[in-house]
This record gives sequence, C-alpha cells and structure tokens, in this order.
Amino acid sequence: MPQQRQKLLVLYLQTPDLHSNVVSWAIFDGTGKERHFSGDNDTPPYTSVVAAMQDGWRVIQFPQQWPAYPGMEYHTAYLKYEYILEKMEEIDG
Amino acid sequence: MADCSYLLNSKQMARFVSDGYLRFDELVPAELNTAVCKEMDLHGVPREKAGARFDDIWKEAAIGRVFRMPEVAGIIRSLVGSNPIYDHHAVHTVPAGHQTGQIWHADAIIDRRMFSAFDIQFFYFAHDTPREMGGTMILPGSHYRYISETDIARYQNFLNQAPIVCKAGTVVVVHHGIWHCAQPNRTDRVRYMFKLRLNPAVRQLRLWNTDDIDDPEIPGLLSISHKWYGNEERLEQVNRIKFWRYLTGDDTFDNHYWLSRIENEPTMAS
Repeated sequence: MPQQRQKLLVLYLQTPDLHSNVVSWAIFDGTGKERHFSGDNDTPPYTSVVAAMQDGWRVIQFPQQWPAYPGMEYHTAYLKYEYILEKMEEIDG
Repeated sequence: MADCSYLLNSKQMARFVSDGYLRFDELVPAELNTAVCKEMDLHGVPREKAGARFDDIWKEAAIGRVFRMPEVAGIIRSLVGSNPIYDHHAVHTVPAGHQTGQIWHADAIIDRRMFSAFDIQFFYFAHDTPREMGGTMILPGSHYRYISETDIARYQNFLNQAPIVCKAGTVVVVHHGIWHCAQPNRTDRVRYMFKLRLNPAVRQLRLWNTDDIDDPEIPGLLSISHKWYGNEERLEQVNRIKFWRYLTGDDTFDNHYWLSRIENEPTMAS
C-alpha cells in the first residue's frame, strides 16, 4: 500500500517578496530517493518561491522579520529570507 | 625577509576585502609539489605547537620550502606581517570515491575581531584538482558573517559559489571567516588539500605595497557584488569600508558615501 513521505525545499530569497529571486537553496528528501549536499548544483531548482508554489510545493514556514538589535544594525550573519516548502510524495510501502 | 617585489598591491588587497580570498594559480613549482605530496603520503609534516613563531618551524620539511618561497612569503607579509604566529595546519584528505560534499562551515567560532586583526588560512593544492576531485568550495564574500562553525550547515548551494578547481601548485589564501566545504572526490585517487592558519604578530597596517593606494580602480573593486547577498549587499559594503579603514589606518575613508551619510550627526546650532 502506498505511503507518503515529506520532501522539503528550502529557498532563500533576495528580498521578502515571494516573487524575488532565489539566492540559495537546499533539498531534504524524506522519501530517501535523493541525497542532496553542498555544491551539488549551481542552478536553483526554481527562480522564486511563487514559481515553486506553481509546481505544487506548499509553503510551510515564513521568516519572521524583526528590527535589528541595538548595536547590530550592520551585522550580517544568516540568510534572512528563508522559506520552507514541502511536498508529500508516495513511496512503495 | 620577503622580497618587497613580491608584496601584494592595493588592488589585490581590495579584492581580498571584497571576496575574502585571493587565488594564485600554479604558483608552486612541480618538484616542490611532488616533494610535499610525498610528505603528506608519509604523514611527514610535523605538527608544531600553536603559538610558535612561523620562522622557527618546518626548517627541513618541503612544506616549509613552499611557505618560504618569496612569492608566498610576500603574501604572508602583506596580510599578517613578517614572522607571524603558527596557529595550526591540517592535511585535509578526501578518500577516493567519496560521493558527498562536506557541510558548509567556517573554521572559527564567532570572531568579534571583525574590523581589526584577522587571521589567514592557506589552502594549498599540491596536485591537480579537477572538478570530479573536488576541490574545496568557497563562498566569495562570506567572511564578515557572525556565525559559529557549522551553524550554516543547512545551506547547500548559493549563487556564485566557487569550487577551487585548479592545477598543481595552486595556492589560495582566505580570511579566517570564509565559508567553505570539501567537495566529493569521484576519482580513484586520494585528494589532498594542505591548510595552514597564521595569526598576525603585528598591527596589520599598510603591510602590502601601497604604491597604488590611490588607484582609481579600488572603489570599484571594493564594490564588487556577490549575487547571494540579495538585499544585504549594502550592509556588506559597510563591512568592507570599515575593514579598509582598519587596513589603511584612514578613519575617514568612504566608498560611494555609504558611511559618510549615516555618520553625519551635526552638533552645531544654526
């Protein structure tokens, strides 16, 4: 009987606009069919979050936006605009 | 003492400030590459005590001859000064047939010396390293980020990520904060990358050849964009200006007015 497993697509955008360009990405595949890792592709799988939504991916997490902590206004660290998307895919149970 | 003619110039320093690394292809001659590969095969590079002065170590080893080459000594002197401090080294080895990439990381905990003293790391490739062999992937311009070690391991790919694919004898020198990761080795040969970290023993003030400090290309080199920055590009411009101020000792330096604008707080009444 077919079972479903979660596949995650993490897209990092140029701006918080979901139409804006993807600048970084990662894929984690709960079906076990694919194994992705650092440097395995130079081209993002979608140009934007909306483009991924149009291909059936569901957005399950938005980045929260907070004002910078005092003294850290010009610090850079992690990529701010991180969107997590999922697809449920069937596996052979 | 390094030959002054081998010092970096201001344009190279500006690239280091923007990109966080400099690359020198096929710098080390073949006979020395072969000798170092043999040392690495035999685990023959002595581990020294952290804090040792660099001039006092590896006097006999082939690897010492590499770092005493005038071209390499000039890079060292330009970035961390003469006779810097040995931090550590590692012979990074990726076995034949290793199919996955290492997680992204920086070789440091959060380092608050963001616009002051900095360390350098050499990535030395003593044998040819085609893409199917790796090599080390680096993320240009990632060196000002406040992260700790493998905090960044969730990321997999970035626009403009840069695998070091090179011929034998290539030397890359990076800022201590650069993000990087080893890449798969799909060949049937072991891959080596020799890494060396050095700390400065002097204030890093205009250590390079500054004859071209006013070169008109420098503002442009300090403004080079990296696509993965997205909306944070202007924040990175601020980081670069602050770092250039430290390196040159010029606290009034600005580029495209980014800092002058936000530092303008008049106190005189009209």
